[in-house]
Amino acid sequence: MKEYILKGKTGDWEIVVGLEVHCQILSKSKLFSGSSTAFGSDANSNVSFVDAAMPGMLPVINKYCVEQAIKTGMGLNAKVNKVSEFARKNYFYADLPQGYQISQFDKPIIGEGYVEIDFNDGTSKTIGVERLHLEQDAGKSLHNEDPNKSYIDLNRSGVALMEIVSKPDMRSPEEAGLYLRKLRSIVRYLGTCDGNMDEGSMRCDVNVSVRPKGSDELRTRCEMKNVNSVRFAMQAIEYEAKRHIEVYENGGDIHQETRAFDATTGTTKSLRSKENAHDYRYFPEPDLLPLILSDEQIDKAKGEMVELPDEKKARFIKDMGLSSYDASVLTVEKETADYFEEAAKGNDAKKTANWVTSELFAVLKNSNKTISESPVSAKSLGGLVALISNNTISGKIAKDVFEIMIETGKDALSIVEEKGLKQVTDTGAIEAIIDKVIESSPENVTLYKSGKDKLMGWFVGQVMKESRGKANPGMVNKLLKEKLG
Amino acid sequence: MTKLTDLTITQTIKGLKEKEFTATEVTKDYISQIEKYEDKLNAFVTTTPEIALTQAKKADENIANGKMGLLEGIPLAFKDLYCTKDIKTTACSNILNNFVPKYESTVTQNLFNQGAVMLGKLQLDEFAMGASGTTSFFGNTISPWKANNSDKDLVPGGSSSGSATAVSARMVAAATGTDTGGSIRQPSAFCGVTGIKPTYGRCSRWGIVAYASSLDQAGPIAKDVSDTALMLQAMAGFDEKDSTSANIKVPNFPKALTGDIKGLKIGIPKEYRPDGLNKEICDVWDKGIEMLKEKGAEIIDISLPHTKYALASYYIIAPAEASANLARYDGVKYGLRVDGKDLDDMYMKTRAQGFGEEVRRRVMIGTYVLSAGYYDAYYLKAQKVRALIKKDFEEAYKKVDIVLTPATPTPAFEIGDKSMEDPINMWLNDIFTVTVNLAGLPGLSLPVGMSSTGLPLGLQLIGRPFDEATILNAGYALEQSVKFDNKPTLLRG
Repeated sequence: MKEYILKGKTGDWEIVVGLEVHCQILSKSKLFSGSSTAFGSDANSNVSFVDAAMPGMLPVINKYCVEQAIKTGMGLNAKVNKVSEFARKNYFYADLPQGYQISQFDKPIIGEGYVEIDFNDGTSKTIGVERLHLEQDAGKSLHNEDPNKSYIDLNRSGVALMEIVSKPDMRSPEEAGLYLRKLRSIVRYLGTCDGNMDEGSMRCDVNVSVRPKGSDELRTRCEMKNVNSVRFAMQAIEYEAKRHIEVYENGGDIHQETRAFDATTGTTKSLRSKENAHDYRYFPEPDLLPLILSDEQIDKAKGEMVELPDEKKARFIKDMGLSSYDASVLTVEKETADYFEEAAKGNDAKKTANWVTSELFAVLKNSNKTISESPVSAKSLGGLVALISNNTISGKIAKDVFEIMIETGKDALSIVEEKGLKQVTDTGAIEAIIDKVIESSPENVTLYKSGKDKLMGWFVGQVMKESRGKANPGMVNKLLKEKLG
Repeated sequence: MTKLTDLTITQTIKGLKEKEFTATEVTKDYISQIEKYEDKLNAFVTTTPEIALTQAKKADENIANGKMGLLEGIPLAFKDLYCTKDIKTTACSNILNNFVPKYESTVTQNLFNQGAVMLGKLQLDEFAMGASGTTSFFGNTISPWKANNSDKDLVPGGSSSGSATAVSARMVAAATGTDTGGSIRQPSAFCGVTGIKPTYGRCSRWGIVAYASSLDQAGPIAKDVSDTALMLQAMAGFDEKDSTSANIKVPNFPKALTGDIKGLKIGIPKEYRPDGLNKEICDVWDKGIEMLKEKGAEIIDISLPHTKYALASYYIIAPAEASANLARYDGVKYGLRVDGKDLDDMYMKTRAQGFGEEVRRRVMIGTYVLSAGYYDAYYLKAQKVRALIKKDFEEAYKKVDIVLTPATPTPAFEIGDKSMEDPINMWLNDIFTVTVNLAGLPGLSLPVGMSSTGLPLGLQLIGRPFDEATILNAGYALEQSVKFDNKPTLLRG
């Protein structure tokens, strides 16, 4: 963890960041109606009478969404509140059919928790979670379909969201980025949100303020709404923090306001000031009873908990001997971790980890594929590592074999057999090659014997070349030394 | 010969069973009655005679096949707050003037499932906000009653103004109403008919246009207690589409009407007899007490100490919920839209033209009491009072089985009564009824006497939660003693 300090004219500044992250709950139907939540459907095709706020329609809580929220809460090491309450958040907007959003206010379903973030240098930091609450999403306004009219798509209206509010514990854009990635990793592991920021199923409101280094005051913050990528969030924080510093250093004052981040320019601009902020007039939702969780529901969620990235990472380090860095990289995505574990079955874990993080990741990156789309299955990669470990092939040959595996999809052993790539470990065969090399270069033999030790490398290279890479390098070394005296 | 429209539902069912007449004949008679009196009374927003006759024909087939629902062939009409599939549902507001729902409310569906026939949709105070039947976008509803030697039009009460009027004038066999602060019980009392606001959660609110969600309850208005019990039987029941509906078995209400109330403990709350209470109201209350005593009930004086805060609390909680419930009428999705120069301008023009004065008043009050800085002083305090009122009743029900009070502080007043121009005076109509909604209890209103001017006066029986059966039975016993002639002035010829 590196201290992040912004240098100003008057001195050093520290930044304070808190994030509100909206995660769309993975669920087939909406929070208070049976409508589908499928992404990319035709406009207004997933809209029930409830979602359109027709007169006399009433919300009914989707129990599955509640279970998803409980699991997420547990994943955030947070307190699960057995009694919580829905409230109406009142404001008028064309894509908010009820004229209020059903949300949770002073009694959220999940209370305080925390998330561990890991830095590249192997250190980590705890970021506090203030709460998680359930709420329904609004619809979408479409302003570009017609020069004089706006259209409304209510497909998203009523979709279940979890709003996860952090404590103002982050001190750099990097920390915010790591927190967001870790949060995404946790919800993906749990299967409670797909974490897809570009489809809007994970959205982030960023709160930023600054203070002179060493101070513990909390100055006025500004909020950037709906920042839709980790990178943008980090950019927005940096831009906004610098803006605050500039204002303060020029004798100005920051006013609480909501701002928008413009990704094309990397800047933020004011949306509305505090004076124009909505008075949401929260009050308990009278159409719903308080949400009371049974022990059964909580136990069920507990039973469905999976090993989370932190636990998995710890296990990879402790039981499999991986480095902290490798373990971190391999556990960000559950799919990667699963792939690695499958490939490492019966193999040297460190060697397998190297293959996954270097060779495989490079291939995936170049072909723009995810690990679940990998052209080489985990089992196949495991087979390749096994061939290296039992000296069937050398590491160098393995790279060639790996390339053929990617092209053909065949497993390592059949490629090795087909192409005759098996490593030569027969002493006689290697000695024959060595003899041939010695015979054909008497000058170098003389030079070597007169003390030019460095020529050993040249001899090894010649022998390997002669064997087309198949000779076991260890044996070549040993036998050469014997022969050359 | 008795007209078919004079029969109670119980009598009509008997006649249908014994093939004395058909459902089609009954329906035609009610349609004629509507044709005869509707111009004078303006009880309906929409009449549906063709639908009624089709349903009656079907009912006649069912009766012939011996398949009778609880209300087979009984012509009803519904307060125009109940959404009816493919039939205009307006809440008597300009903002829903042309709204046609594509769904059927649970309660009306329950009634149809029992063979009910629909004559139409009934007038109400706009969005159920009012106690006079004079705030509807479609004009005033007129009571079929007149004071002695007077030709002045009287209010039928509200907000279920059309329901009480239509039942009283025999334009329907019975009607549905809704009651948020007295909207079934007060018009029932004014029109000399019987109505019950069931326990909160007894009937589903799904498909009923919301006024104040934590107080709204569906209930019937009918010609007598037996019909009321039968209607409630058909309307009530758990509905998973309404999270506040109670998953409690519905008892057999008609069967509970034995008339035997020996040993029943009836509480008389002293707070309901404030200084200056209308003498005739006091007299009819005393009369009711005597009659119940004669039937063997035990009369016990009780206190409901927080009663005096009920009306103020009600007029904070109900408008607060209404201000949110009515936010959906914004001109965007359905109903009235008045174009404006931008979205906010469209909202303001639409809602200014779409809502009447009383609705606008309550939306503004509700918005105000929920605003930052005022919430604790108004809404939160009102909720605390509400809890105390509920506790008052819980204490009382340790000593008594039911509570007896007047239904209204006065008999029906004249349309255009100057004193009612002050909204506070209008709101005072709810003084005896709002406590029941705040506490979520069942309340039955039935006619017990007449004023010196010849107008009906009603009493209210308040029961324990989900104990409608006991108040219906006590009401039934009282009804037998009273022998109230509920034929209104208009029908006396």
